[in-house]
Amino acid sequence: MDAGAARLDTADRSSFERSASARRADPLFRGGLTVLAGLVLVLLAFFFVFLIVKARPALAHQGVFSFVFSNDWNPSKDVFGAWPLLAGTLITSAIAMVIGVPVAVATALFITELCPVRLRQPLTILVELLAAVPSVVYGLWGVFVLIPKLRGTESSFADSLHVLPFVGGNVAGPNYFIAGLLLAIMILPIVSAISREVISTVPAEHKEAALALGATRWEMIRIAVLPYSRSGITGAALLGLGRAVGETIAVVLVIGNSTVVGKQIFDQGYSLAAVIANEFGEAANDPLHAGALIAAGLLLFVLTLIINGVARALVVRAERRQGTRLPPPTVTAAAMADPEVTAA
Amino acid sequence: MSPDPAFTPEQQQEQPMSATPSDGPADVRVSPTAAATRSASDAAAAEQVGSGHSMSVKDVDAYYGETHAIRGVSIEYRANEVTAMIGPSGCGKSTLLRCLNRMHEEIPGARARGQILLDDTDIYGPGVDVVSVRRAIGMVFQKPNPFPTMSIFDNVAAGLKLNGVKGVDMKERVEKSLRGAGLWDEVKDRLSSPGVGLSGGQQQRLCIARTIAVEPRIVLMDEPCSALDPIATLKVEDLIHELKRDYTIVIVTHNMQQAARVADTTAFFLLGDMVEHTKTEDIFSNPQDSRTEEYVTGKFG
Amino acid sequence: MSSTSSASLLLAPVSGRRRTTDRLMRGILLAGTVIALIPLVLVVYYLFSRGLKGMTASGFFTTDPTGNFLGNPGGVKSAILGTLEIVALAAVIAIPVGIGVALYLVEFGKKTIFAQFVRYFIDVMTGVPSIVFGLFIYITLVTTKIGGSFTGWKGSLALALLMLPVVTRSAEVVLILVPESLREAALALGVPRWKVTMKIVLPTALPGLITGSLLAVARGMGETAPLLFTSATVFGTTYNLGDRMNSLPAQIFADISQPKDDIVNRAWASALTLVLLILAITLIARLAARRSRVS
Ligand SMILES: Nc1ncnc2c1ncn2[C@@H]1O[C@H](COP(=O)(O)OP(=O)(O)O)[C@@H](O)[C@H]1O
Ligand SMILES: [Mg+2]
Repeated sequence: MDAGAARLDTADRSSFERSASARRADPLFRGGLTVLAGLVLVLLAFFFVFLIVKARPALAHQGVFSFVFSNDWNPSKDVFGAWPLLAGTLITSAIAMVIGVPVAVATALFITELCPVRLRQPLTILVELLAAVPSVVYGLWGVFVLIPKLRGTESSFADSLHVLPFVGGNVAGPNYFIAGLLLAIMILPIVSAISREVISTVPAEHKEAALALGATRWEMIRIAVLPYSRSGITGAALLGLGRAVGETIAVVLVIGNSTVVGKQIFDQGYSLAAVIANEFGEAANDPLHAGALIAAGLLLFVLTLIINGVARALVVRAERRQGTRLPPPTVTAAAMADPEVTAA
Repeated sequence: MSPDPAFTPEQQQEQPMSATPSDGPADVRVSPTAAATRSASDAAAAEQVGSGHSMSVKDVDAYYGETHAIRGVSIEYRANEVTAMIGPSGCGKSTLLRCLNRMHEEIPGARARGQILLDDTDIYGPGVDVVSVRRAIGMVFQKPNPFPTMSIFDNVAAGLKLNGVKGVDMKERVEKSLRGAGLWDEVKDRLSSPGVGLSGGQQQRLCIARTIAVEPRIVLMDEPCSALDPIATLKVEDLIHELKRDYTIVIVTHNMQQAARVADTTAFFLLGDMVEHTKTEDIFSNPQDSRTEEYVTGKFG
Repeated sequence: MSSTSSASLLLAPVSGRRRTTDRLMRGILLAGTVIALIPLVLVVYYLFSRGLKGMTASGFFTTDPTGNFLGNPGGVKSAILGTLEIVALAAVIAIPVGIGVALYLVEFGKKTIFAQFVRYFIDVMTGVPSIVFGLFIYITLVTTKIGGSFTGWKGSLALALLMLPVVTRSAEVVLILVPESLREAALALGVPRWKVTMKIVLPTALPGLITGSLLAVARGMGETAPLLFTSATVFGTTYNLGDRMNSLPAQIFADISQPKDDIVNRAWASALTLVLLILAITLIARLAARRSRVS
């Protein structure tokens, strides 16, 4: 029946379709869905253009280059140099990557290559649950638990390891590090889930080849698993970066919202997303200020577009090899379509 | 070569072995034979350098979860001989082969019971490290599987690197292995190009080179030619003849002509049992069991 | 046959260094997994230890925030109802559109350039920060005062934008799994394409579609940033999506910055409520996924 159907596919199907009674319903159906898909693109383009239009007065006032790179954000004086915000976004995201990615990849490797089969699904679900916690809840936890409980540890770390770059000096309550740590936790499930997908595409025959040569488990991971999944894991990490860069609510609550660029990771700071959430209320009656915030949103948008563009390209390469599309970069949905999880 | 009576049935003792699947019952019991013969086997191994090694399988059962894939099989693989295992698809040839270097236990839920000796050492014995078992007993798979991210050179060097071989030594060993696999002349000018860029037959010989580079005692091959064209198949078969001088070879094949061409002895399997194991000429010209006869004359399978 | 340095042993033992590296790296990978689970345990612990009290306090579910700094801060009835209303409307918009786009991609677009283009931008949308979706709606609908300034339905639109790519991507994954032979068999009988899609493809994929849609709903429910600029916050309960509308995330966000224990406790209780809501939806989604496994 399968084979017969496949044969129909090539030559006969179109004639069957043409013989169908509803000749007009089909093109209509097809056309409607196509238009719908097209509309989504048009809408996205429209928003993008509108964002530029709305940001333009502020960008013209400040100058695009100066908006991005000058180190002075002072809305009351109509000065909008977004560098302190951009710097904060980059610093917190970098901290998130440094902490989050190794943990996420370790988790993915442990779940796919080391842990007993019966623990795979429970562990996957547990890690995935981290993604079910809303960012405002992470923010709440950060403000009332992380900041007070980590203060002492941060201080002794800053004192004893002040030789490290960007470490040492006074520890502010809310600071870059706390924000970065929260972001690390928030990107962990995504990076881990996509890494897991990518790692599970490594064909068993390559892993067996390594084992049959007398490789230990770790050597098998090192010579057969990691080289094969490197680009996919990089893509996963970048998708995490995109997420960290755009995260708003958790960051605005724990970064301190200071427009002075901090000198070390325990200083207060600001981020692009945080400034929008924090200042848009006061900017409502100040078109220039509102424009500057929209410009900050535009900058954020462009930044995430670039990061995600690269990340997607890398993940798509992994998909090609696998022959199917990897599930969406939303952790929960990823696990849903994980054949291993669903088959267990 | 020891003139032991290879085809007489073994005395079959209950000898559970630890197949250490990740989540199966750890059925470990100290094997007195293995413990007692350990030091003797070391001495024997020292004497035997330069000659091959033998394997003997004693009353082995293998399972996939509830599926009983190998049912109390006993078989001898004699040193410097090629032993072929034939039988209809699904009869357990690959399963038994994978028990021989403990790859079977890599499959979740799979376990094995019985005793498998490499010379006199029980490879499932207590304290035996699977990693050293697999280094001593190399395996070539059905589908050529060179590491896709590695060059030709690195593929052959992969196992050597793990064992700390370096520099000039490494180059020599890689060349020797590639020559041993009859591939050197074809690839010596492009050692740094990717291994997956070779033809199927070349890839399979690359995998053989990779396997013999670590100088195993035994080489296992699971239908190594089933993905190859006839000319590439012929090359691999010639290679098997060459390798026989240095190695003991166990080859699974579903192709009776191939068994006839390469094997000294042939074992016929059916539904997880070993029906008959004898000289290759005899199994085709004078089979003792009617089921063997039906199979080799093409009545089924 | 030349031999390795330790050839005297038949099964040459693995060098100590290799063995140690293997143990160490396995240990590190295990440690990484344990570390990954620590925040989960901590967050859950604090949510229950600090939120349960407030959640069981009288009036938490049944009264609106009073807005009084002194005295009784009130409950979060308006926020819970607002979240449900806003998310329901968002789902009503995002799910049909998202599945429609996925149908286009799987049934018609396939590998055409336009379809690849759509796929690419749907992927791009999954990476757009949620606050940017809020800004989209803010600049197009809020500042222009279309249908009032801040309203519930604008919040729904922002959430719908965010949910749409999730719905489409997960729907695409399950629609592809519908066997081609099923479609071909029906088409061969002369059934028109649209009927095949609606009567055969969609029902076959239904459990998977439900799972994906519910997961998108769970994702939208927890979002704060897009709501700040669109539905804003308000104390009172309203059933009119044309009004300003409160929501749990926005209420929590507002409560966090109030230096008063009562209000902070309400934030913890609201956070616990929100997480339980999301977990319930995720659980239902999983059950639906399990059904699709059976078929
Ligand atoms: N990974 C596996 N899981 C479960 N059963 C298996 C697996 N591999 C093989 N089997 C079963 O074990 C039996 C023997 O298989 P196999 O050794 O591969 O046969 P052969 O190599 O002779 O074709 C078959 O019945 C097969 O269905
Ligand atoms: Mg087989």
